[in-house]
Amino acid sequence: MNLHLAQHSGVPPYLQIVTQIKQLIAAGRLDVDQELLPIRALAEKLLVNPNTVARAYRELEAAGWIYTRRGAGSFVAAGTTPLSTEKSRSQIRERVTSLLAEAEHMNVSTKDLINLIREIDTERTEGK
Amino acid sequence: MNSDTTNIVDIRNLSRHFGNKAALRDVTLQIPRGKVFGVVGENGAGKTTLIKHILGLLKAKQGSVSVFGMDPAQQPRRVLSRIGYLSEQPDYPEWMTVTQFTTYMAAFYETWDRRYAAELLDMMNVDPAKKIGELSKGQQARVGLCVAQAHRPELLLLDEPSSGLDPVARNEILSAVIRTVSNEGRSVLLSSHLLDEVERVSDHLVFFGAGNLLLSEPMEAVLSKHHQISVRHAGQLAWQKVPGAFNAIHANGEWQVFGYGEMDASIHGLRGLGAEILEQRLLSLNEAFIARSQSRLPFSEAA
Repeated sequence: MNLHLAQHSGVPPYLQIVTQIKQLIAAGRLDVDQELLPIRALAEKLLVNPNTVARAYRELEAAGWIYTRRGAGSFVAAGTTPLSTEKSRSQIRERVTSLLAEAEHMNVSTKDLINLIREIDTERTEGK
Repeated sequence: MNSDTTNIVDIRNLSRHFGNKAALRDVTLQIPRGKVFGVVGENGAGKTTLIKHILGLLKAKQGSVSVFGMDPAQQPRRVLSRIGYLSEQPDYPEWMTVTQFTTYMAAFYETWDRRYAAELLDMMNVDPAKKIGELSKGQQARVGLCVAQAHRPELLLLDEPSSGLDPVARNEILSAVIRTVSNEGRSVLLSSHLLDEVERVSDHLVFFGAGNLLLSEPMEAVLSKHHQISVRHAGQLAWQKVPGAFNAIHANGEWQVFGYGEMDASIHGLRGLGAEILEQRLLSLNEAFIARSQSRLPFSEAA
């Protein structure tokens, strides 16, 4: 489970954890029934308060992405992947639509925007 | 048993003056078990004076201080044996080797765990054979972290531990915080200028200014209530009328209004003043701290 918390993103850490675990599951990098890192271990790895991780796990469980067995830990739930991929695509679609509108408003062309996305993506990958 | 007390630290109406200067004014604060308390404030705001009272280095003159149900100034040994402490400038005997120093410190604590101490040093890459005087500031801080943790304290007190340290050493301090609070019933008080770090690890935020406890709230509340709203408004804007608003900056034809409370309520209030809302967002702890520090208004929340 290779998670990475961005410091100044404005996205609360628990939400970053939720999103990244969803992405790992959606991408098949976490298998069904695979055990997630225990709360304490992930907290120590990410250097966040254990309650932050606990909150992320609770949200993931409430949304059906993971299940928890008392005393045994948290595991990836079955049957979330295909639906969730579709769902995340539609979420991204929404955000891209509003981004395009904003860019148009600011006189940034779609071509420049795509270049900018590539540039930021390269920076991100190199930064890792 | 004292260890059953829900609050590890119980401070009531504590005031302290140094000469004419009030270092603490009527501070009431409880630290329950299992929580990380982040303490922030400008230099001289009262953070260190508070910590010295918890350690029993200062005796409460006005008000009371109770730690594990005891007065730390009356029973320093019994209280200190259950506290781990690391300050910004630890004063260690430079001529001792790390091993000599940890052996020496072990004598003060019944619960000292030799194996754990060795493990911690190893994990932080400290050479136990080196003399403390030969170590870098970061390495000395690691030794300090080891002796602050090796007796598995119920309360870890960190007073500006990260100042002037490299990122790796700072992360090790955060690890110590998380490791402590992951163990049931143990708490941490972390005083720091590094607000990103405080935001990351704290359950609860305590904000001091000029000796006053200005804010004491769960971190989640602090982060979900501090907001900034950008508005357009011709002429003066009576932002003080908006409940929870504590600061506003007027520049380039826009007003930036900073508030504490429900963001929707602030937006409603600003619209009521005839302002056009341009943007709204929640603040990070760092941004909230700066906005607060620039404000002359006392803290109050929108009802």
